[in-house]
Amino acid sequence: MWKTILRRLLIMIPEIIILSVLVFILAKAMPGDPFTGSINPKADASQIHHLMRVNGLYDPWYQQYWNWIVHLFHGDLGTSYEYQEPVTTLIAQRGMNTFWLALFTMILTYVIGLPLGIYAGSHEGKLPDTLVRVYTYITMSIPFFVVLVVGVWIFGYTLNWFPTSGSIASNANGLGSTILSRLQHIILPGLLGALFGTVNIVQYLRSEVIDAKSSDYVKTARSKGVSTKNIYQHHIFRNSLLPIAAFAGYSITGLLGGSIFTEMVFSYPGMGLLFLNAINYRDYTVITSLVLLYGFLNLLGTLLSDIILSIVDPRIRVE
Amino acid sequence: MRDEITEDLLTLKDVNTSFKIDGEYYRAIDAINLHVKSNEVLAIVGESGCGKSTLATTIMGLHDPKNTHISGEIIFAGTDLLQLNEKQYNQIRGAKIGMIFQDPLSALNPLQKIGSQIEEVLLYHTTLTAQQRQQRVIELLEQVDINDPKRIANQFPHQLSGGMRQRIIIAIAIACKPDLIIADEPTTALDVTIQAQILDLLRTIQQENQAGIILITHDLGVVAEEADRVAVMYAGQIVELATVQQLFNNPKHPYTRSLLRSMPQKDSFNDELYVIDGMVPSLQKLPTVGDRFAQRIPWVSADKHEVNPTLHQVAPEHFVRCTCYQNFSFPDIKRGA
Repeated sequence: MWKTILRRLLIMIPEIIILSVLVFILAKAMPGDPFTGSINPKADASQIHHLMRVNGLYDPWYQQYWNWIVHLFHGDLGTSYEYQEPVTTLIAQRGMNTFWLALFTMILTYVIGLPLGIYAGSHEGKLPDTLVRVYTYITMSIPFFVVLVVGVWIFGYTLNWFPTSGSIASNANGLGSTILSRLQHIILPGLLGALFGTVNIVQYLRSEVIDAKSSDYVKTARSKGVSTKNIYQHHIFRNSLLPIAAFAGYSITGLLGGSIFTEMVFSYPGMGLLFLNAINYRDYTVITSLVLLYGFLNLLGTLLSDIILSIVDPRIRVE
Repeated sequence: MRDEITEDLLTLKDVNTSFKIDGEYYRAIDAINLHVKSNEVLAIVGESGCGKSTLATTIMGLHDPKNTHISGEIIFAGTDLLQLNEKQYNQIRGAKIGMIFQDPLSALNPLQKIGSQIEEVLLYHTTLTAQQRQQRVIELLEQVDINDPKRIANQFPHQLSGGMRQRIIIAIAIACKPDLIIADEPTTALDVTIQAQILDLLRTIQQENQAGIILITHDLGVVAEEADRVAVMYAGQIVELATVQQLFNNPKHPYTRSLLRSMPQKDSFNDELYVIDGMVPSLQKLPTVGDRFAQRIPWVSADKHEVNPTLHQVAPEHFVRCTCYQNFSFPDIKRGA
């Protein structure tokens, strides 16, 4: 198992190299430059040319790429043109914000989704199942950004229960009030994200439970004289959780990428918003670093999913 | 051939099982009267869709009461199974009646080790300690001729071959030494050499435990080998019930005779096989009056069939449905092309 994980990690290296080249070229192919919008509009065009030259942006792409890679290996992702801060510092700050929101959202998603899915599946066709299905149809058919905007409007501006922007209050000091303030900022986006993002889990689990109920091994268990309660506990639940486990890995790393909608509506300074701004401002160093990071997280998610699945399903062995 | 056959172990009286399809109930098995004695093998034969498996799952009480309606009496060891609640039924299933399923791969839980799947039966029906249960699991695996039982007990179903999996299913079925074993096409999913081994094993176990067996199959060769008595089912009804000698030496019902005629004979390679025209009607399209098999033997005129065919006794232990058998003959035409 460990050998396999190590080998999979080694295979990731060439994948990441290819990804980095692609990302770099595509970022450079975007029209525009990082300076036009940020210097005095009356400035001479030659000043922009000067800045481009000084920053090495007129060098051939392979030379720029090489410089970037060399610095990357020294742990230096460059400096953001927009924020004038090292990209590593930026990602560390924003990543931390996103991490807390993602963790909170994910826990809530599973806390809401697992019982709903199992309950709906085991009561197929009855009232609770119908209610759960109505819930999933509603959450699936409303665009998420509408939910966010309406949520902020009702619970933020109108009722004033939750802050409407930022990740932490500026006057929070001391451990207790820091945690409290952070929590206050993530409850609403986290709750909305979970309530509207849990549909997949509910629907998957529901249909898995229904499938498992009519499976042959459940028939065998019944012919053994096992009670319905024990059949659910020992046979149906675990088998139904397999597909959920299969995409758990992706969802963990996927959430770390941040949600652009959530972060925009809540002005939450996370990775999603950072990425969006970087694209708008042609902040090459940030774009390339983030895309590379997302790529890496995706590969890691695949590996994580495989590992989780091989733990819960003996038929799948990572070899 | 076998030890003395004793009193009735299981008696079915007018058992009907109906399934709800689009809001209406349709009879999948119709007025079944049967009995099984201890230490005897009763074979149930018929085409796919005749209600053989439905009969088995009806006896086991495996149908969902929400869309199934069962009437009649299923008397097992003095109690009517249909009167039992779920909890009481669970004390009989697995303990007094064991069931062997058709497809041994899907019948085993893919996520559970072999050992614990066998142990589960013991857990709910015996007072053995964990250690004794594990000991018994090993004994059972030895009894179904599994080599290296300790290792196999720790493996998962997908790691075993088809034949081994079917042995595991048998081990589960016999774990509590049941009085009755229902084997629903136990060899259908296996290749021929393994089939013979599994049937041998079933026979050995039946003789050791003095159990009654209901053997559901569509393989007449298996019937001839293994069974004491045979019930031939067609479209949910028993059309002929006889001892194995009577059935093979003196088949009466046109369906039985058609089945026997469609078996390949070892010394007639060049003859074309007899094929029964058409197929078993679906539940919704069952004829409400007349012989259900009539539409597949169109050359027998309608007045030869009874309007409401009943079982007629033609010999001790030999019953045939409908009087059409009395002047039935196969048409003299070459079939197939």
